[in-house]
Amino acid sequence: MHELSLTQSLVEIAEEHARRAGGTVIRGITLEVGELSGAVPEALEFAFDVCSRGTLAEGATLTIRRVPGHGRCAVCAAETVCHELTAVCPVCGALGFELDTGTELRVLELEVD
Amino acid sequence: MCIDCGCPTTGAASPPHHHDHEHEPAPRTLCVEEDLLAKNDRLAAGNRAHFQRAGVFVLNLVSSPGSGKTTLLERTLRELNVQLRFAVVEGDQQTSRDAERIAATGVPVRQINTGAGCHLDAHMVGHAVEAFDLAQTDLLMIENVGNLVCPASFDLGEDHKVALLSVTEGEDKPLKYPQMFRAATLMIINKTDLLPYIDFDLNRCRDFARQVNPKIEILELSCRSGAGMAEWYDWLAAGVREKREASGVRSEEKTP
Repeated sequence: MHELSLTQSLVEIAEEHARRAGGTVIRGITLEVGELSGAVPEALEFAFDVCSRGTLAEGATLTIRRVPGHGRCAVCAAETVCHELTAVCPVCGALGFELDTGTELRVLELEVD
Repeated sequence: MCIDCGCPTTGAASPPHHHDHEHEPAPRTLCVEEDLLAKNDRLAAGNRAHFQRAGVFVLNLVSSPGSGKTTLLERTLRELNVQLRFAVVEGDQQTSRDAERIAATGVPVRQINTGAGCHLDAHMVGHAVEAFDLAQTDLLMIENVGNLVCPASFDLGEDHKVALLSVTEGEDKPLKYPQMFRAATLMIINKTDLLPYIDFDLNRCRDFARQVNPKIEILELSCRSGAGMAEWYDWLAAGVREKREASGVRSEEKTP
């Protein structure tokens, strides 16, 4: 359940950016969560309700954009989706697969008043 | 656009008109693009710089509960205490039982209790090490909370994560918990004295670990019988030496 500390960071980041821009209420937060990031979107949503209470982000809509795992094999040069954290190329089976997306855990944008 | 009357809220396109409501300012979109772990990563970078200046080699020991992290530490501290100066940070949800075991070896130790928390973070470690004289320390061992999931995501400022796996846990743990074994530089397969009594395929375990992390180094040992401990000590000594050289701290300054 490290989603709880991740969500605390989410609220801190959102409040900091909103305050810096002179915002007083955060209406929405868009978050990017890679499918291989180790964080569970549902757990982030659940934790957000608790962590945002009493903050500028209370009541904000949390939009989570899920990013699929994708990478490239250094051996056969295949570029393909990948649903596991692995170095095994899903196409040729060699130990040369490197992910380029899927591990994101990033706040993209805020809607503030 | 105003949701009450449909008039544009900005620009000259709004013709003069009257109505009995106030226009709310439209919400603004702020571009943020910040990683959720950015703050922890910043604090970890601070810890790392501090450790670098002191020339102290730092390991973050991670594993499931019961893999033998504390026992590995106890034996290592007892056997290497003459050659190397250690400090230990112990992380557990509650109790200071592990810190007491380490203190019995005579090595300085700080216990962090995370309460409900499932991992150590860079902030906790930064404060815990304030108690140590790092300039007089060769090797700082941070024993993380026993958990094969969450500690993988949190950089503490260490040189390496060392993942322990005991043979009773089964050889497929690296595939089931890939995040941790990808983050680790070294995997230690522990409790090898139990191999004759259980079905644990060492070769398959090594293969599984390399499937998630082709660069991972692997050592096999038994803290109980002592088999394989010499290779672990060599690995530690090499790390300490490299860290001293990289930080420009001369070894004689470190030698008591």
